[in-house]
Amino acid sequence: MDFSVVLESWQFYALGLWNTVWMVAVSLLVGLVLAIPVGIMRASRNPLINAPAWLYTYCFTGTPLLIQLFLIYYGLGQFSAVRASPFWFLLREAWFCALLTFVLNTAAYTAEILRGAIQTMPRGEIEAARACGMSPGLMMRRIILPSAFRRALPAYGNEIVFMLHGSSIVSIVTVLDLTGAARLVQSRYYAPFEAFITAGACYLALTWLITLAMRRLERSWFAHLRPRTG
Amino acid sequence: MLDLHGYGWTILEGARLTLASALLSVVLAVLIGIAVALLRLSHSRIASGAALTYTTVIRGIPDLVLMLLIFFGGQILVNKLVAWVDPWIEAQGGAPIGYLDINPFIAGVLTLAVIYGAYMAETFRGAILAVPHGQLESARAFGMTPFQVFRRVLFPQAVRHALPGITNNWLVLLKSTALLSVIGLEDMVRKAQFAVGATRLPFTFYLFVAVLFLLFTTASLLVLRTLEARAQRPYR
Repeated sequence: MDFSVVLESWQFYALGLWNTVWMVAVSLLVGLVLAIPVGIMRASRNPLINAPAWLYTYCFTGTPLLIQLFLIYYGLGQFSAVRASPFWFLLREAWFCALLTFVLNTAAYTAEILRGAIQTMPRGEIEAARACGMSPGLMMRRIILPSAFRRALPAYGNEIVFMLHGSSIVSIVTVLDLTGAARLVQSRYYAPFEAFITAGACYLALTWLITLAMRRLERSWFAHLRPRTG
Repeated sequence: MLDLHGYGWTILEGARLTLASALLSVVLAVLIGIAVALLRLSHSRIASGAALTYTTVIRGIPDLVLMLLIFFGGQILVNKLVAWVDPWIEAQGGAPIGYLDINPFIAGVLTLAVIYGAYMAETFRGAILAVPHGQLESARAFGMTPFQVFRRVLFPQAVRHALPGITNNWLVLLKSTALLSVIGLEDMVRKAQFAVGATRLPFTFYLFVAVLFLLFTTASLLVLRTLEARAQRPYR
């Protein structure tokens, strides 16, 4: 194996790493904001509120990310109304469509994680909040959501890693992310081992960083539950 | 309804390939998963370290990257092997193999099996640990061989704990098969791409594929949830 072809193309990998990191970070951030109302709707017992949120999460968690990306990137252009709309300059861009797909996808998964965390809320805490005279909105903001976030944290850590790995499909629609850089090097030098092992090692390092950060966050968020020593 | 311009059947044929590759890889992945979980829990430092490395590395790298690595890298390896045995075949008077193209179905199934084997291993590790240790000790005290302990005592109890994880892994694996179209497998995604190329109707065909995937995931959920309920029954 000869990794000099990788060293010669380090700019592609650097650009790819940057594109991967910012796209995943932005998708996760926007997706999380979107997931909170959807997750609350999913935890509702009113079918009129629950059903639309259920339909959304069911469709997005039940189909492959790649198909969702194809539907948005290639599919939307099929309608002349979309092509004539003022958003067409964005919707024709692969990176924007990828970002939109990732946001919608991660929001669906995160909403389901939040629903689970909200539904496992201890009854006593809700009763206590109600006994204090809290309105449903105040109770959601001060009692349920902070506690649900804490319980959702381990599962959300997995979702972050899934999003990082899922983001590799943008290389299929010509965006130069980490995988895209590897595919470029592979097609130029026909060096699949060097190209993909380098990309794989970068992903592994990113995954490891995420795991480490989540473990730290978990330790501080669950600090009050740890046994007290000394 | 959707007007598929006569491409409906070819896409359904592709769906058969999607399902075949998913089912074959999940069976292999379960076998790999059980073997790796047992290695991981064995007393040998080397075996357990190797198993840990495998599951950590594989689960840290995207499916697509591993798929491309195994597909393109495997191509080179296989042909190096062919170049090595060809002179020998010729010396024996046989016809040389020449250049071999890797079959995307085989490459795809093997890759998915290797990837999801790592996830299955984690699932089975947890499930095996959930079986009370006394059960294994008493089985051994009865004079069962290690294989008998596994088949009669450990596995039947562990599978109940493993089922929810298996369900989850299967759903993720099923959706991952869409990536096999990238390495040239003519699954339903690839067939839809052909149809899109001919008709210029991407939304129609990708929506059709999305609906098929949704049908498959729904059907799997119904079946596997029933199985889970059945496995729980003796313990209620």
